[in-house]
Amino acid sequence: MKAALKRSRWTRMKRHRGLLSMIVPVMLFYSLFYYTPMTGLVIAFKNYVMSDGVYTSEWVGLGNFERLFSSEDFPRAIRNTLVISILRLSCGFFAPVALALMLNEVRISGYKRSIQTLTYLPHFFSWVILGGIFLMIFGGGGPVNSGIKLLGGNPVSFLSDDVWFIVVLITTGIWQSAGWGAIIYLAALSGINPDLYEAAVIDGANRWKQTLHITLPSLIPTMITLFILSLGQFLTAGFDQVYNLYNDLVFDVADIIDTYVLRRMMGLDLSLAAAAGMFQGVVGLILVVTSNFVAKKLSGGEQGVW
Amino acid sequence: MNQSRGEKIFGILNMAALGLVALLCLYPFLYTLTISLSTASEASREGLHLFPREISFASYRMVLSNPNILTGYGNTILRTVLGTTLSLLGVCIAAYPLSRREMPRRSMITFMIVFTMLFNGGLVPTYLLIRNLGLINNIFSLIFPSMLAAFNIIIVKNFFQSLPESLVESARIDGAGDWRILFTIFIPLSKPALATVALWTSVFHWNSWFDAMLYITDDRKQVLQTFLQRIVIESNTQLMEVGIHDTSVVDFTSETVKAATIIITILPIICVYPFLQKYFVKGIMLGGVKE
Repeated sequence: MKAALKRSRWTRMKRHRGLLSMIVPVMLFYSLFYYTPMTGLVIAFKNYVMSDGVYTSEWVGLGNFERLFSSEDFPRAIRNTLVISILRLSCGFFAPVALALMLNEVRISGYKRSIQTLTYLPHFFSWVILGGIFLMIFGGGGPVNSGIKLLGGNPVSFLSDDVWFIVVLITTGIWQSAGWGAIIYLAALSGINPDLYEAAVIDGANRWKQTLHITLPSLIPTMITLFILSLGQFLTAGFDQVYNLYNDLVFDVADIIDTYVLRRMMGLDLSLAAAAGMFQGVVGLILVVTSNFVAKKLSGGEQGVW
Repeated sequence: MNQSRGEKIFGILNMAALGLVALLCLYPFLYTLTISLSTASEASREGLHLFPREISFASYRMVLSNPNILTGYGNTILRTVLGTTLSLLGVCIAAYPLSRREMPRRSMITFMIVFTMLFNGGLVPTYLLIRNLGLINNIFSLIFPSMLAAFNIIIVKNFFQSLPESLVESARIDGAGDWRILFTIFIPLSKPALATVALWTSVFHWNSWFDAMLYITDDRKQVLQTFLQRIVIESNTQLMEVGIHDTSVVDFTSETVKAATIIITILPIICVYPFLQKYFVKGIMLGGVKE
């Protein structure tokens, strides 16, 4: 019996040797580059010293996490990350929806296409480039301050004032991502059955009513999916952007978890950095899984990413 | 279509508002271009700088004579070409078995791959892995970690699944194995999806700087974006001035040099963007977020 089972598994393997010869290297690759780092997270529970190596370093249990949360700057980094993420979501989540709705109303297709092309242009540049550009634009001698002076106002230190810095961070973030984000909503809009609009016209609904009762509801599934996915990034708060725009003067509001991890790593406190990174990753995972679960429950299994 | 007066006015206001949004998207790049082409005195003048009033190429001459920028350019091109090629090849090889119904343990392996989108080891363990593999200062430290990105595998897998099954059946009757089916049938038929993945991957490689900042410590192997980061963000004047041999050419400021460096870095993307942007966009529809 056992031998027969073994033989059948062997023949099955042999029959699929083509597929297996493809997937096995892929799985080895994934084990090495994705799952080995996950096991590498054990150093979050150790006092890792480079010269000792991962396995011989001494265990400290939750010591690193206690150190993190009793420190001054990690709780501050969590607070900053939360503030930035919440502002990003509340100010920026509907920007692509609005842009898509506006584009959807344009009847001249050439105009629509050119606007679209320009609005998702910023998506294709790194935050090194965009950061460099915005440091010039919002800087002391930049065009924004020139404009303010021209209108008789006093120059604003956008990049070194705590509140203004956050404003710049959020608006440039929306600026960079809204156009690209609108594409997915436009795709959803083009999938709406035109019969619905015809029926609404017969019922006497004007364009505004049509938008409210047909267009918006049909975007909700896409919005829920994107919302769930964005929760996974909730504790990330856009490292590339922050790192390339911040400076010492706004450190109190701009030091986020990612910049904290990098700083600890550069300071060779690898265990503490790994613990902070792990905290961030685990919370992100929990947020996505929970919100997906809730979305599924509330919609009777229709909504959700998986 | 009959439109009421109100709807017509709304239509015009809407188009005007969108025009303004588009201008706001374009302006920062226009400003950078103008500054990069301006003389030192013109660049320090206050104003919106919509176009250069006094043109000077001094900043470009300086940037282009900076050996670090040229080295960076070469390394970035190398990483982009090599990285995109290997990525495409690897993603196809990973996507094919996952797209086949007869693949044993298919859903388990798919989960193993998709899970990495939700959770990963993070910065420190990944850095230690690269170091332990001896990949510091090796171009493959910039290529391997993202080579088989789960998102791309899923997109290509979904596209493969949309191809008609009869193609595989007839190829099997002709005695073709999986490798031949992949390379002679699936890949040629998947050009639109693969073009999108290739473009995303090459833009990713062109724009990446953080990995190179961590893994590359030797300036001869450094990529363009990391040099750009040091010049533009950290205002590393020492690095900026490497190109000055002739002290009589001084018609630039640190701003114009930064702007010129930015323009030179984004030039390749700007050049291909109008022609290829439709492929960039296509992929979003191809993938779908759901499986």
